[in-house]
Amino acid sequence: MIGILEDKDRIFTNLYGLHDWGLEGAKKRGAWNATKDMLDLGRDWIIDNVKASGLRGRGGAGFSTGLKWSFMPKEVTDRPHYLVINADESEPATCKDREIMRHDPQLLIEGALIASFAMQAHACYIYLRGEYILERERMEAAVKQAYEAKLIGDNNVHGWDFHVYIHHGAGAYICGEETALLESLEGKKGQPRLKPPFPAGAGLYGCPTTVNNVESIAVVGTILRRGADWFASFGRPNNTGTKLMSLAGHVNTPCVVEEAMSIPLRQLIEDHGGGVRGGWGNLKAIIPGGASCPVITREQAEVALMDFDSMREHRSSLGTAGVTVMDESTDIVRAIARISYFFKHESCGQCTPCREGTGWMWRVLERMAIGDADPSEIDLLLDVAGQVEGHTICALGDAAAWPVQGLIRHFRHEIEDRINTYRNSRANFAGHTIAAE
Amino acid sequence: MSARRLAKVQPASFEFSKETMEKAQWWIKKYPESRRQSAVIPVLWLVQKQEGWVSEPAIRAIAELLGMAYIRVLEVATFYTMFMLEPVGKVALIQVCGTTQCMLRGSQDLMRVCKEKIGPKDKLSADGRFTWQEVECIGACSNAPVAQINDLYYEDLTPENMAQIIDDFAAGKTPKAGSYCGRHNAAPVGGAKVLLDPALYDGSAAKKIKKLPNSEPKKADA
Repeated sequence: MIGILEDKDRIFTNLYGLHDWGLEGAKKRGAWNATKDMLDLGRDWIIDNVKASGLRGRGGAGFSTGLKWSFMPKEVTDRPHYLVINADESEPATCKDREIMRHDPQLLIEGALIASFAMQAHACYIYLRGEYILERERMEAAVKQAYEAKLIGDNNVHGWDFHVYIHHGAGAYICGEETALLESLEGKKGQPRLKPPFPAGAGLYGCPTTVNNVESIAVVGTILRRGADWFASFGRPNNTGTKLMSLAGHVNTPCVVEEAMSIPLRQLIEDHGGGVRGGWGNLKAIIPGGASCPVITREQAEVALMDFDSMREHRSSLGTAGVTVMDESTDIVRAIARISYFFKHESCGQCTPCREGTGWMWRVLERMAIGDADPSEIDLLLDVAGQVEGHTICALGDAAAWPVQGLIRHFRHEIEDRINTYRNSRANFAGHTIAAE
Repeated sequence: MSARRLAKVQPASFEFSKETMEKAQWWIKKYPESRRQSAVIPVLWLVQKQEGWVSEPAIRAIAELLGMAYIRVLEVATFYTMFMLEPVGKVALIQVCGTTQCMLRGSQDLMRVCKEKIGPKDKLSADGRFTWQEVECIGACSNAPVAQINDLYYEDLTPENMAQIIDDFAAGKTPKAGSYCGRHNAAPVGGAKVLLDPALYDGSAAKKIKKLPNSEPKKADA
C-alpha cells in the first residue's frame, strides 16, 4: 500500500480535481450531509467534539482549533462576531489550501457555517491571496451555488442566518499573519497589530473575531460526521488527524497528498514523492514545513515523523507540512540566502529588528554563498539572527531567523569551506570585509 | 520590505469605466455600510484591470469613491506588490517565481529565457507588449517552477516551454495555463496514486446519516 492513510479515510476526495467541484458533485462525495443535525446538537457539542478530535490549527502554529473557538465571548453583545478564514497561503513550499479552494470548495463553506454557528457569527470573510485569481473565481461560484441551494444566506435550511464573503489581498506574505490580515481586510497596509487585545476580544472592525486556516475549517464537517475518535485515531497523541502535505524540490514526483499525521518523513517522500532524485543517499537536507522552518539533515530525516512533536525534537517545525527536499547538488548556502531574500522582501517594515535585520542577514548570506566573508561573521550572523528572533510584534522576525540558525547549526562547515576556498583563490587577501552596510 | 514609488510620468486624469464602477459597487456591498474602506484592495485591483496599472489620478478617484484620505489609498497601493505602479506589457505580464522551491527546480533558467526574449526584468519591453518580473512565492510549489502570466498559473515549466509561451503570446495566441509536464493539477506525474477507491464517488457518502457519532444526549444546550 502507498502511504498509511486508506482512501476510505480521506477527507479531501477531490484533491486532484478529477471530479466535479460543484455542489452536486461535492454532495455526492459527502459534503453537507447531516450538517443540520450537527447544528441541532448545539454549540457546545460542536466545540467539544472539535476539541476531542485533537485538531490543531493547520496554518503552521498548531494551536488547538476547538480551544481557539472557545475563547470567543459566550454572549453576543452590541458587537457582532466574525469568522475570518485565512486563505493567504504564502509560505514558500505550501500549496495545499489552493487545492481545497479550487477542487473542494463546498467542504470549506460547510465548515465555515459550522464554525460560525459554534462561535455565534453570522458573517464569515475568506481572505485569499491576490495571486489566486482562478481559486477566487471558483470560490465565488461555489458560494453562489450554496446561496442558491439555500444552504447559506438568510432563512437557509440550517436555521442559522449566515453569509460568506470572499475577499482578496494583493501580494503580501505578511497578510497571512492574523492581525495583519485583519488590517488588510479593513483596507489598510498589512502591518500586524500588537497583542493584546487578541482578535477574540477585538478583531475585525473591533469585534470579536476568530481567524482560522482554510484546512482547519474545511475538515470540521467530516470530523463531526465521522466522529472525533475517528479523526483522533490517526497519528500520535497530541498530533492527531489527517493532514494535507505537499512535496516540492528534488523529489521524483512532487505532489500534494492527504496523509495520516505522524507518517515517517522518509515514507512520505518515497511513497508519494517517488523518492529523492538520485536515491535516498543523494539527499542533502530537508525543510519540513514552510520556508521558515529550520533545515534538517539526512540523518534526522531518516527518523523524523511528520508531526508537531517529532519536528520539534529535531529543532525544526512541522509548519504547514510543505516539505522541500534538497539533494546533494543543492548549494545549501544559496538556497537559504534566497529564503532570506524572501523574508527581506516580505518584511512589513514596522519593527526595526526585522526591517533592518532581514536585509542584513540576506546580504551577509549572499557574500557567504560565494565565500567572500570572514569566518568570524558566522557567529556574528548567528548573533544577529538571535537578536531579530523574538523581538518583533509578529512572528515574521522569528521566521526569518530560524532558517539562518538551521543553516549554521548543520552546515557551518560548508560556509567555512567556501570562505577558505575563496581566500585561497586570491593571491593577496586584503583582510576581512565589513559585514554591515 | 520593498520601496515602491509612483511613476514619474502620470496621466492627467482617470475615469472609472461603467463596468469597473459596477464591480466596485458590488465589492463595496460586501462590507458593513460604514466600512467602505475594506474594498480598497479589490477596487485598486479592478482599476488595474481597466488601465493595466495604477496611476496617481486613479488613486485619487478611489479615495473619493471610498471616502478615504488620499494618503491611505497611496500607502495601500505602494505596500502591496501586485499593484503595478507603472505601465506593464499590454500583451503579457510574466511573473516568474524565484523563491527557493522554484529555484531548486530551475526558475533561473526560465528567467534567462525571459531576459533573452523580452529584455531586462521589471522593464517594459521596447515594443511595449511584454514585462517580466521575478516575484516571491506564488503558492504552487509542488508544481515548480511556476510563472503567473496575466491572471493564470503556468506550471512545471522548462526553458523550452517558457520560450514557446512567450512566442505564442507574441503571435497573438493565449497559451493554455496549468501544468506543462502532462500531469493533472497537483497529482504526481504518471497519475494519482491515491483516491482510486470507486466507493468514494458512488454516492454512498451522501446516504442519510441516521445518528451522528458521539451524539448521545449528554446535556441539552444550544
